[in-house]
Amino acid sequence: MSAETAHRSEPLSAAELAARYGLRPSSARPPLATYVRKLWQRRHFIVAFATSRTVSQYSGARLGQLWQVLTPLLNAAVYYLLFGVLLGTRRNIDNFTAFLVTGVFLFTFSQRSVTAGARAISGNLRLIRALHFPRAALPISSTLVELQQMLISVCVLGLIVLLTGEPLTWRWLLVIPALTLQTLFNLGISLAIARVGAKIPDITQLLPFVTRTWLYMSGVFFSIYDRVPAGPIREAMLANPAAVYIELTRGLLLEGHYVPSHTWVLGVAWALVTLVGGFLFFWAAEERYGRG
Amino acid sequence: MAETTEIAEITENQDVKSTAASDAPPTVIVDDLHIVYRVYGAGGTRGNAPAAFRRILKRQKSPNVREVHAIRGISFTAHRGESIGLIGRNGSGKSTLLRAIAGLLPPTRGAVYTDGQPTLLGVNAALMSDLTGERNIILGCLAMGMTPAQAREHYDDIVEFSGLGDFIDLPMRTYSSGMAQRLRFAIAAVKSHDVLMIDEALATGDAEFRRRSEERIRQLREEAGTVFLVSHSLDVVTQTCTRAIWLDKGIIKMDGDADTVVKAYTKAIQAAGARRANRRRRQPAASE
Repeated sequence: MSAETAHRSEPLSAAELAARYGLRPSSARPPLATYVRKLWQRRHFIVAFATSRTVSQYSGARLGQLWQVLTPLLNAAVYYLLFGVLLGTRRNIDNFTAFLVTGVFLFTFSQRSVTAGARAISGNLRLIRALHFPRAALPISSTLVELQQMLISVCVLGLIVLLTGEPLTWRWLLVIPALTLQTLFNLGISLAIARVGAKIPDITQLLPFVTRTWLYMSGVFFSIYDRVPAGPIREAMLANPAAVYIELTRGLLLEGHYVPSHTWVLGVAWALVTLVGGFLFFWAAEERYGRG
Repeated sequence: MAETTEIAEITENQDVKSTAASDAPPTVIVDDLHIVYRVYGAGGTRGNAPAAFRRILKRQKSPNVREVHAIRGISFTAHRGESIGLIGRNGSGKSTLLRAIAGLLPPTRGAVYTDGQPTLLGVNAALMSDLTGERNIILGCLAMGMTPAQAREHYDDIVEFSGLGDFIDLPMRTYSSGMAQRLRFAIAAVKSHDVLMIDEALATGDAEFRRRSEERIRQLREEAGTVFLVSHSLDVVTQTCTRAIWLDKGIIKMDGDADTVVKAYTKAIQAAGARRANRRRRQPAASE
C-alpha cells in the first residue's frame, strides 16, 4: 500500500504531499511558547529599532534630542497656565505645581504609548512585508520608544517636584516599581490597539478623542476626591488605570498626598491583566498582519 | 536513501533541468493559492461625508477600499536543487507570489507549504531613511535574526560589498536609488538560506555591482535548496534558472523548462506588440 502511494503517478493532494516531506504552511502562527522564544531572540532588534526610532524622530529638528526634555517642560507650562492660573483648579491642593506636573507627565506616557501602538503595525507594513520576525516586536518597540522618553521626563519631573519644595525621601525609590507597572500596562494596551489599528486604520482618527476623554476622567489637573461626589462614578474614575498610576506616583513624590493602599493592588492587577490579555489578543492574529 | 544521491547529482550538474529535479523532494508546495489585498485610499469617487454616512447605514463597502485580487489560483511544486525564474509583465503577481511563499502575505484561499523558513531577498525591504547606512546595516542584520556580535562581524563585509564607502555615515535619504538598493541587497545577501527568493536584485546598481551580485547569488544558490528569481531580464532567467513560471494576471500561463517558457513568453510579447501596431495602422480613427 505504502509503495503505491509513494509512486509518482498516484496523485497526492498537496496537503498530503506536504505532510509526507515535512513541509509546513509558510504563514502559520507559531505556538505561544515558540512565539515568546522567537520574540526573546529578537530582543536586540527590538531595542535597536526603538533607539533608531528615537534618533530619527528628532533628526529633522535643530535642537535634536533636546526636545525630549523641552516637550514635557512646555507641556507642563501650558497646563499650569491653563488650570493653575486661568481656571484656578488649584484650590484645596497643597502643592498644585507638583500635583499637576506629575499627572501630566504620567498621563502623557500612557497616551503616547497608545497612540504609537495604533500605528505600530499599520505604519510599518513595508517592513512587515519584507522581513520575517515576530510582529509583536513592533508594538513592544514603540512602547520602548515612549519609555525612553518617559525616563527623561521622570528626571525632569523629579527636579520640578524638588524645586516646589517637596523633600527627597526613600519613598522616591518606589517610583521605579510604579513606573514598571505602568509600562507593562502601556505595553499590553499597545499590543491590543496595534491589532485593532492594523485592521481598522480609522482608529488613529478616533484615538485623540478617546484619549482626551480619558485625560478628563483621570484627575490629571484636579483632585477626583474634591471634585467628584462619593459614589460609583468616583470609584470608577479612581479605579481607571491612568488614575491609579498617577495617584500611586503622586503618593510617593508628594508629602501629604494620601493614597489608599489598595491602589497598589489595582496597579498590579491592571498591569498583569492588560499585558497578558493584550499579548494573547495580538498573537491570535499574528499571521494576518501582512495583509494590511 | 536513493533520493539523497540524486540531489547531490542535481546540485552538481547544472544542466539537469526541471524534469530530473522533480524526482527530488519538494521544498515548496503552492496549492490553489489566492491572494487578495485591500488598498485604502483608492478610487476616484472620493466620497463626501453624507455619502459615507449612507454607505455605513446601508452596510456597503467604502469605495476608498479597493480589493486587489493579485493571485488567482496558483498551484505548483518546487523541488530541491531547482532554480525557478518567475516571468511576466508588471503587475502579473510575481512579487506578491514571492511574498506569499515567504509567509509575509497570508493566503486568502489555498495554502503554501514550505521546508523551513523561506527568505525573501527583496530590494524593496524597507530600511529607515532618516538613519545612516551604518545604523541601517546593524538594524537589518538584527531584523534577520542575527545577534549583535554576528551583525558587527558581518558589518565590514556588507560595507565593502555595497561599495558605498564614505556614504555609509550619511542618512539613507541622501542616497541615490541605486545606492539604497545596493545597500539593501548587500545586507540581505550576507546570510545563506534554505529557500531563497530574489526579487529583481540582479537589475540593481552599475555593471560592476551587477557582476558581483550575480556571483553572490550563484554562491547563495549553491548553499540554498531552492531559488526563486523574479527578473525582467530574460537573459538572466535563461542563464541562471532551470525552470520558469510565466505569470499572467495572477494565474500561471506556462510552467516548464526555462528556455521553452522564455521563448514562448518572448513570442507572446512580440505578437502582442505586432497586434497593437497593426491596430494603430489600420483604424487610426477608431482608437480615438
